[in-house]
Amino acid sequence: MRDTNKIRFFLATLGFAAAVSFAVAQDAPDVGPHPPAPPVLMESHIGHLVGHSQDAKTDYRRYCVGCHGELGDGNGENAVWLDPKPRNFTLATFKCRSTLTGTLPTDEDLYNSIGRGFTNSNMPIWNTLSNQQRADLVAMIKTFSPRWQKEKAGDPIKIPAEPPVTIESIAHGKALFTKLECWKCHGPQGKGDGPSAATLTDSQDQPIRPYNFAAGKDDSRFKCGSTNQDIYKIFMTGVDGTPMPSFADTIQPNDAWDLVHFLRTLQVHRHGKENDVLKAAGGKIPDYHDKSSDAPAQPNGGN
Amino acid sequence: MRSSKPCIAVLTALLSPALMFGGTISGKVTYTGTPAKQKPIDMSKEPSCAKQHATPVMTEGVVTGANNALANVVVYISAGADDANAPAQAVTFTQKGCQYGPHVLPMHTGQELDVVNDDQTSHNIHPLAKVNREWNKSQPPGTPPIKDKWDQPEFIEVKCNIHPWMHGWFVVLKTNHYAVTGDNGSFTLPNLPPGKYTVTAWHEPDAKQTQEVTITGNETKSLDFSFALKPY
Repeated sequence: MRDTNKIRFFLATLGFAAAVSFAVAQDAPDVGPHPPAPPVLMESHIGHLVGHSQDAKTDYRRYCVGCHGELGDGNGENAVWLDPKPRNFTLATFKCRSTLTGTLPTDEDLYNSIGRGFTNSNMPIWNTLSNQQRADLVAMIKTFSPRWQKEKAGDPIKIPAEPPVTIESIAHGKALFTKLECWKCHGPQGKGDGPSAATLTDSQDQPIRPYNFAAGKDDSRFKCGSTNQDIYKIFMTGVDGTPMPSFADTIQPNDAWDLVHFLRTLQVHRHGKENDVLKAAGGKIPDYHDKSSDAPAQPNGGN
Repeated sequence: MRSSKPCIAVLTALLSPALMFGGTISGKVTYTGTPAKQKPIDMSKEPSCAKQHATPVMTEGVVTGANNALANVVVYISAGADDANAPAQAVTFTQKGCQYGPHVLPMHTGQELDVVNDDQTSHNIHPLAKVNREWNKSQPPGTPPIKDKWDQPEFIEVKCNIHPWMHGWFVVLKTNHYAVTGDNGSFTLPNLPPGKYTVTAWHEPDAKQTQEVTITGNETKSLDFSFALKPY
């Protein structure tokens, strides 16, 4: 009995001491330099590649920090001279995503952006970095916003197989371009000169231009990739942080392919199957007559 | 007979909530200084909207009434009231005549938000959230409402990029005790149980004031706010 009492007394004393020391630690005056916050460690997964944020530190300091800044907030020392501004990673808002608007991009989306660079900006093509280095940098980017710890990336949108290009699909795409009022910003000929074009600003209040499809001879100026699938993705998921909205709720998957086919014909100098089909049809896009019920009845019946 | 007592209590509670939650905070929001001059909006680029307005619509950055009343101020309990759950019914944000109705829309975190397009033109709804997730969706005419909810309290600026004059606010709060002042600047926060409250008044884009109020019972406490406005 005496022994158990001793042990009890000892435990009680220990508990009291622990409580006091905890309270003292809580009340300790806030002096001296703070120890650095424990680093957030993130991973990225791109195919078989696994990136680790802690392995990207040297590369980030060497290649990225000048523009994107030490805190990843886009306020590097070069930022004041740049237009468009470097991405602010702390907001976790990204332009090029395969995922729905408002959701986080996949690791692969970020990986592709680093490898592709951003046309018309100071973000170069980082093909000098190895795949592993890029994967590590993706993991590093994910340490700058707490969203990456709380949320999963969005699911990539499903893209059905591309149907063949026909003059009908181009005509339907043109009708969608008109009906969905893409021309309000991009202009009737896709020259980026629509009635709202001059007023556009991005989410940081910086002026921004709608894409001019007609300029240039090739695809190199598309920011988020230049395949037909990439173009499909751009307008379905939207370009977050810019005026370009998502159309995923309003365009049916096959209609979206028709729109892609029409957008290709706005690239008037581009050699591609869409312009070939258009040329074969005499170079003129016929009027589209909707056979489904959602179109208003044509008083004169059309053709 | 004993069993009838709870029934009466329940009936009393249902019929006269004022007896249970007597406290009310009410008052008026005014301004000093010179409010920024609002400008007529040129909607000529969107004829389907322009024709809905006999006189040009004015911008709504500052809306005032007689006797220096300040409208579109959200007055809410920022501390003291328990973080009530979101109401089941949705709040609605309407696009009509290329204008947002209402200009300032408060809601509870997690409450359903319906965005409705009553116009004959496409709009894009672009809430420029920073704490919550920014998104940007197109809404052509005749399409169903866009439904969303916000997880975190935030004052979210809302824009339509196609019609740059369209400008509004989602005010996401952790309370159901809120009011938006009208042209007379007055507000009422009813049904407050006894307690100590912090009342905040917010005016776009980022002006905020707070006051402390203690409610002891069935009473109405008067509380006024005054915002200093600058002409630019």
